[in-house]
Amino acid sequence: MSVEQAVRAGAPIAAVRRARRGRVRPGVLAAAVLLGLILLAALAPSLLAHGSPTDTDPVHALQAPGGAHWFGTDQLGRDVFARVVHGTRYSLAIGAAATGAGVGLAVVWGLAAALSGRFGDAVLMRAADALLALPGLLLALMVVLIAGKGVLGTTIAVAVGTAPGFARVVRAQALVVRRSGYVESAVALGVPRPLIVLRHVLPNTLGPLLVLATVTLGASISTGAALSYLGLGAQPPTPEWGAMLTEGQGFLEQAWWIALFPGLLLVSTVLAVTVVGRHAQARAEGRAAS
Amino acid sequence: MTTASTTKPLFEVAGLNVRFGTGPGEVHAVRDAAFSLDAGRCLAIVGESGSGKSALARSLLGLAGPTARVTADRLRVAGHEAREFGPREWRAVRGRRVGLVAQDALVALDPLRPVGKEIAEPLLTHRVVPRREAGARVLALLERVGVPEPAERARAYVHQLSGGLRQRALIASAIAAEPGVLIADEPTTALDASVQSRVLALLGELKESGTGLLLISHDLAVVEALADEVAVMKDGRIVESGPVGRVLEAPEHPYTKSLLAAIPGSGPRRERTVVAPGDGSAPLLDVSGVTKVFKGARGSRRTAVDEVSFALRPGEALGLVGESGSGKSTLARMVLGLAAPDGGTVELGGAPWSGLRERDRRERRHTVQLVPQDPLSAFDPRWSVARIVGEALATAGVARAERRERTVRLLKQVGLSVEHLERRPLALSGGQRQRVAVARALAPSPRLLVCDEPVSALDVSVQAQVLDLLRSLQEELGLATLFISHDLAVVREVCARVLVMKDGRIVESGPVERVFAEPAHPYTRALLEAVPRRARAAVERL
Amino acid sequence: MTPPHISAAVRAVTARAGAAVLVVWGAATCAFLALHLIPGDPVSAIVGSNALVGAEQREEIRHHYGLDRSPLVQYGAYLKQLATGELGDSYQLQQPVSSLLADQIGPTAQLALWSSLVAVVLAATVTVLTSGRSRWPRRVSSAVELLVVSTPSFWLGIMLLTVFSFRLGWLPVSDSGDARSLVLPVITLALPIAAVLTQVMREGLLGALEQPFSLTARSRGLAEHTVRSRHALRHAALPALTLTGWFTGTLLGGAVVVENVFARSGIGRITLQAVSDRDLPVVQGVVALSAVVFVLVGAVVELLYVVVDPRLRKGTGVAAA
Repeated sequence: MSVEQAVRAGAPIAAVRRARRGRVRPGVLAAAVLLGLILLAALAPSLLAHGSPTDTDPVHALQAPGGAHWFGTDQLGRDVFARVVHGTRYSLAIGAAATGAGVGLAVVWGLAAALSGRFGDAVLMRAADALLALPGLLLALMVVLIAGKGVLGTTIAVAVGTAPGFARVVRAQALVVRRSGYVESAVALGVPRPLIVLRHVLPNTLGPLLVLATVTLGASISTGAALSYLGLGAQPPTPEWGAMLTEGQGFLEQAWWIALFPGLLLVSTVLAVTVVGRHAQARAEGRAAS
Repeated sequence: MTTASTTKPLFEVAGLNVRFGTGPGEVHAVRDAAFSLDAGRCLAIVGESGSGKSALARSLLGLAGPTARVTADRLRVAGHEAREFGPREWRAVRGRRVGLVAQDALVALDPLRPVGKEIAEPLLTHRVVPRREAGARVLALLERVGVPEPAERARAYVHQLSGGLRQRALIASAIAAEPGVLIADEPTTALDASVQSRVLALLGELKESGTGLLLISHDLAVVEALADEVAVMKDGRIVESGPVGRVLEAPEHPYTKSLLAAIPGSGPRRERTVVAPGDGSAPLLDVSGVTKVFKGARGSRRTAVDEVSFALRPGEALGLVGESGSGKSTLARMVLGLAAPDGGTVELGGAPWSGLRERDRRERRHTVQLVPQDPLSAFDPRWSVARIVGEALATAGVARAERRERTVRLLKQVGLSVEHLERRPLALSGGQRQRVAVARALAPSPRLLVCDEPVSALDVSVQAQVLDLLRSLQEELGLATLFISHDLAVVREVCARVLVMKDGRIVESGPVERVFAEPAHPYTRALLEAVPRRARAAVERL
Repeated sequence: MTPPHISAAVRAVTARAGAAVLVVWGAATCAFLALHLIPGDPVSAIVGSNALVGAEQREEIRHHYGLDRSPLVQYGAYLKQLATGELGDSYQLQQPVSSLLADQIGPTAQLALWSSLVAVVLAATVTVLTSGRSRWPRRVSSAVELLVVSTPSFWLGIMLLTVFSFRLGWLPVSDSGDARSLVLPVITLALPIAAVLTQVMREGLLGALEQPFSLTARSRGLAEHTVRSRHALRHAALPALTLTGWFTGTLLGGAVVVENVFARSGIGRITLQAVSDRDLPVVQGVVALSAVVFVLVGAVVELLYVVVDPRLRKGTGVAAA
């Protein structure tokens, strides 16, 4: 840090932010560990929960959390802990697949707009504007209408819901890169246009985007669960968290635990993903700025 | 102007230290500084960026920042010992006893508030006048700093005022509560040369009327115009101080000498092989009647370049001087084939250059290369130096196997070495980056180098090194150079002939010595005023 | 002076209005295209599971809703309807979509506006309280914000219901018509919005405090809290304004999830209903309504922006020296 920088760091937060950048904070570490556990639950749920997520046991229905059933049992006597653990993969998969598909669509969309002429750019961006004028969930609902209910339909819906916003970011970033000094230098050197796009525009556009995608992953997981909660995604008896919440809502008075734990897991997942994503973002920005 | 204590010094500082951070990351910004300043005098603190001069200035207002630790043997501000000041005492000093004029009024005044309100703020904060009289006082202040139509300007916002007027408004807000001393931190750096001198004159008037001035600057011309005493700062330490005449004319410390010697135009003129005009060689670059018009929002049109014609012979160094917005960068882009002229033509090596399809131009692109103003933004941030230079070699058809060796040779040519090969642009200093930019420009063996403000982002001492490099390359390689700068002194260093550009037109042209000695156009004369005379004369006497 | 000034203003307004119409038209067209991509016969959606409907009657229904015309003709008719504010008839509810939406916009608007208001007040309060020199309030607040932002609104709503309605019995479980039934939905919606707004406003405030004009203000002898309230807060308000507008627009288009959790009536409720029943005219109507609301809110935000930031006012170009 030069003197000049130190002087400019007049307000305390700047110094705090700078200091934070150097080491990994305990919160981030905790989030990373949590994320690891969640990934384990998604990949190998039976390692963590021995019971079956779908076996019913009416005799032991609606039991409060305790030694035999850590998270209690639901109205059919299914073990809530087993269901929650087994449900991890649905939420994660929907969120990850939707983010991936959404980013992929957005890259094609945004780059096409940035690199095509004025007319193509106008058409593509006005289309994005029109879609952005609709609340994301409404857009997702419309897609569910076309793609159908269920896990696949929900994933496509969440992907399409995120794409227009992302496309704008891709386009803006691509325009910045395209007008940058280094692209201009490459033109002045006589590097052919396709090579410039491949070597400079694409990598420098995608870098920031991937970080943004990590941060958005949390929101995608959340939206996917919301669609399931509304009855449009995974259908019972699938142990998907959103669907479990719908079932649990009918028993709030007698058995709060049916709705509590899936939600708790959902919050933890989104939180862990967001914290890790933001850390990656801060690191990336720090690299670019310092 | 009322100055409470004319006999006591306004600032009396001894053993002042400013540190930021703790542990191994600690930055010792100011080391053991000592000076004093009397009413009606001006002390200039001179140093390059990072020398600690701003930290020193801010510590005198108690504004070095919450992470700063300020210690001193003596720190008397306006007659009071400030070492034990709490927030309340500091607030009583700020604005009332000591005013601050920052670098760029566009950002130093709140852009969301009318200028008048900003000027009134110190008046009301220190209850200098009752609220209902504040308006009238603001108008008087604006008039005092030479702002025409003060009533109208007071209602305006910063962005509505020109550079000179807003700097005056900033000064008005600093002197509103009649402080006995002003700290002026690079008060004219953001201004164009012609406006700069008028703002300096205003500061001079304030000094005449009894205000003490603590001037922070990297610009010796400004220092020469205003200061009575100079303190030269390097790495947080005051290495030399004394009366301005003595320090500038007979510097003792080697650093001061190097600062003075580094001023462009201050060194002895070098003889160089200049291709005499009219020696028969065909022009390498022929620009004739070139015009570029930009269309703004709502159909407005701005002519950035207006019917410009000139020619450049092989090996010739041509300077292009003008202030920001004069159209010189647009002209450069057209010469580089990065922008198409709306009228006129550019010819390169006797063949058309403008108006071609990119595919047809690509083959000859290597003949013209650019050395940009800000090399950092001209490099792909992910790439290493080896890859950056390698790309340039590749487009010139150098085989992959030879590239590394050629890159190393180029780096050596610009004064870098193998160790810089794998560095990324961010890990290089400003001077090193500019050298890499030059190496990249040389890689495809160009015949013409377009240098767009190649040193304006660099510190004075680094500037001199880069200019030396460019000059020696001209001589060794016989490169033609189009050298663009706002600074006539810099151009004089490298060029034989110069064009002066204003509002898109060439207003004066000729051999650089002639233009320097007898400027014909008033605009050229204004530009020349920005060159420090006494410092230059001093070095020539050395 | 006046004629060019007026004509410039007229041109600007026309351009804005044109862009707005373009957005609404684009959204409506997307909806039209999307809904025509839906596999299956819309007549089945209209008759539902009523197996007694014969082929002849199906044709009659098809003709009644204009579904036997070519897609292009249908599109033309749809745009004409849209322009007149007429949105066709619902397949399921046998009433005009426009009156259906008009009935439901009230509760949704009530919910949306209250939530936005609460969120803004909450965010501004927290921002000012936690942007002082002390770091701890800020750290605690940041952690809480992160937690709230990560909490899906439907779960937050369910948990609030569990605690305040089922356990404590303080507030009604579903819409009972009185103001008390608005409390939990408003909190559910306002909390996450407030958390996001607080983050944005704090970032803006701290950013503004690092700007040179804040240094100048301090150098005039201003107290730290005055620098914050008189100078920095306005700068922080600018990005927050855009975001608030966006949130409000989104909520006015129907708080689908929260209306369902609390069994409230409103646009979101009928949207979900319409999607489940494949009631296409209603979906198209909701899309059109959302786009119009978005455009209107955008215009209001732009207006407020100009009020806050003089740099955006017309005729304030840089004056000559």
